Amino acid sequence: MNRFIARHPVWSLIIIIAVAIFLVAVFAQWPKDIVAMFGKKKVFLHALFNGVTLGALYFLVASGFTLIFGLMKNVNMAHGSLYLLGGYVGYEVAEYTGWWPLSFVAAFLVVGVVGVLMQYFIFRRMEGEDLRQTLVSIGISIVFADLMLWAWGGDFYQILAPEWLSGPVVIPLVTAVKSSGTLVYLKYPVVRLAILFASIVVGILMWLTLNRTRIGMLVRAGVDDREMLTATGVRIQRVFLLVFGFGAGLAGIAGVVGGTFQSIAPGEDMRFLLASLVVVIVGGMGSIPGAALGALIIGVAEQFGSVYFPTYAVVLTFLIMVAVLAFKPQGLISSGR
Amino acid sequence: MVVVENYNKTPPPNDGNRGAKGGWLSRIPTAYWVVGFIMLCMPLVVTPFILFQIFGWALILGMIALSLMFLGGLGGMVSLAQMTIAVCAGYMVAIFGDSAITSISLGLPWWLAVPIAIIVGTIFGTLTGAIAVRTEGIYTIMITLAIAAAFFYFTRQNYVIFNGFSGFNGVMPPVIFGIDWHNPTPFYYLVLFIATLAYLLVLYVSRSPFGLALQGVRDNSRRMAALGFNVTAHRIAAYTFASVIASVAGILLVWQNSQISPGTAGIGAAIDILIIAVVGGMRHPIGPFIGALIYVILRTFALDILVSFGMAGERFQLLIGIGFLIIVLWSSDGVLGIWRSWRERSSNINKLTGEKMDGQS
Repeated sequence: MNRFIARHPVWSLIIIIAVAIFLVAVFAQWPKDIVAMFGKKKVFLHALFNGVTLGALYFLVASGFTLIFGLMKNVNMAHGSLYLLGGYVGYEVAEYTGWWPLSFVAAFLVVGVVGVLMQYFIFRRMEGEDLRQTLVSIGISIVFADLMLWAWGGDFYQILAPEWLSGPVVIPLVTAVKSSGTLVYLKYPVVRLAILFASIVVGILMWLTLNRTRIGMLVRAGVDDREMLTATGVRIQRVFLLVFGFGAGLAGIAGVVGGTFQSIAPGEDMRFLLASLVVVIVGGMGSIPGAALGALIIGVAEQFGSVYFPTYAVVLTFLIMVAVLAFKPQGLISSGR
Repeated sequence: MVVVENYNKTPPPNDGNRGAKGGWLSRIPTAYWVVGFIMLCMPLVVTPFILFQIFGWALILGMIALSLMFLGGLGGMVSLAQMTIAVCAGYMVAIFGDSAITSISLGLPWWLAVPIAIIVGTIFGTLTGAIAVRTEGIYTIMITLAIAAAFFYFTRQNYVIFNGFSGFNGVMPPVIFGIDWHNPTPFYYLVLFIATLAYLLVLYVSRSPFGLALQGVRDNSRRMAALGFNVTAHRIAAYTFASVIASVAGILLVWQNSQISPGTAGIGAAIDILIIAVVGGMRHPIGPFIGALIYVILRTFALDILVSFGMAGERFQLLIGIGFLIIVLWSSDGVLGIWRSWRERSSNINKLTGEKMDGQS
């Protein structure tokens, strides 16, 4: 931290000022002129919260993607299809059993197994041929997309959250002051906050697993130097299967999450594949903290974009990506290897 | 980059009598004469629909895939933005030239609109390349895919220049020399001529010093840099060259459909171009055209094929996906690779050159 300030004094100043402005914007009450310029504070806060929770969803999708890439150098273009499959599986399970948490378990297991099968039967045979793996995964995504269209049709599906998670909660952030003097607080859907909380927990668990356990040690060693790890007698193929299954399972869970607070339909697979691509390019390929940072930036940018310049909201995320590429081709947090 | 290795090791097919003395005419391989003759006589045999919709479309898609083959096969850079570049040039023709959307189209004559479109498309492609070459290998696919997606969303939202979701219709090829180039036969010959030109150009460039340097950059960029080659400049120049071909093809595509909309440059279309190039084979410029012909035939007749097998007609994407998977899983170089390994097994033509063919790498 101190080293960063010493090395980039101007940038540090800009960052500190930006953070200060941001904090003031969140906590202070907005005077009339600012409301006239930027719209209501409620809109701003909603965009911020939506952005952060959308970022949480993006993180769930992109962390599996980046994990698989980091270890196996496999750009899994079928990751979006795994997301969509998770959403459909979660929907079916939630419909049958009526028990929402179970759909997470089911989606994780089913999609994880699909991922393991993909790695075992297909990608294992073409290890090191990264372009071919990508092409094969594109083929798989086309086949999956059509099979899912066949099975579930072109309708929108929404997974209903249980009672105790539906409805809004009051957050102690003042959005406006009524003329009578009473403060108006921000109301926000509980389910989104729960999802945000859950993905933070997932992120921390992943970090702990990677940095504090033996299996995490193997994964990190594999990212560093695959051949050397194999030479020490580790059965790297099992680690690959495990990581691929876990990454796919995360995509499946993300599908349930996406189906709960948005909806699932054909075409979402491509949307989330692109989102995870952009997130990992911005954040840095193969790095979990990078995926978190990238997901946060992209999610917030997308939501603010759709509120303040609705026409070009989607383009904004790509502009961010191009800007990051132009200045830091390795992404904001590169794995440095 | 396994798919694209060995480009320079394998001689082009039917090149056996390369060393023969005599005029340049006699040095053209027989297969070229045969294919050329068949293509020229095509209008006498087939219906206008097949001429226009199958061969016209296949040649155009083949040219776009050819630009990808140039980048991927020679430069080792697989770009998914080639369709986007083509469509960008197509849009420019609609904007600067004539279309049914008179409020946007400037109505310039074709000899002004077409060069402008090619130049804008090329500049766009070069900029794309300048961004994409900052990364290597597999990253390039992702970045160009993201650029393609950005272009798609941008044109869909922008109503001032690109006329949003509906795009432009009524974009017609000009009437030159009293010939309406939108008629199937003239259009077919126009496309055939330009596609042949593009094919020969790619073949020529691949053997020119620039093309050889590019292949050197593909195989070992650090060594080429150490030899004093400007690696980045070579890569960006490759993008520029490929963009010219893609832009010309994009203009033809607009003239063929007589309309253009964001959907033409969608993510699916971008991936289709990759499929075409890979299915055809990326080691020789003829590959993309073969792939495009297969793709167009499948696309046009898949419905009938599926229905005749008693399946629902809308499962055509499944057919394409599975076909693509099989080819990618089976052969590292598409149809050309399969053909080559088959020929290698069934005959000993290659002993003439003394080179050992390796179908698999």
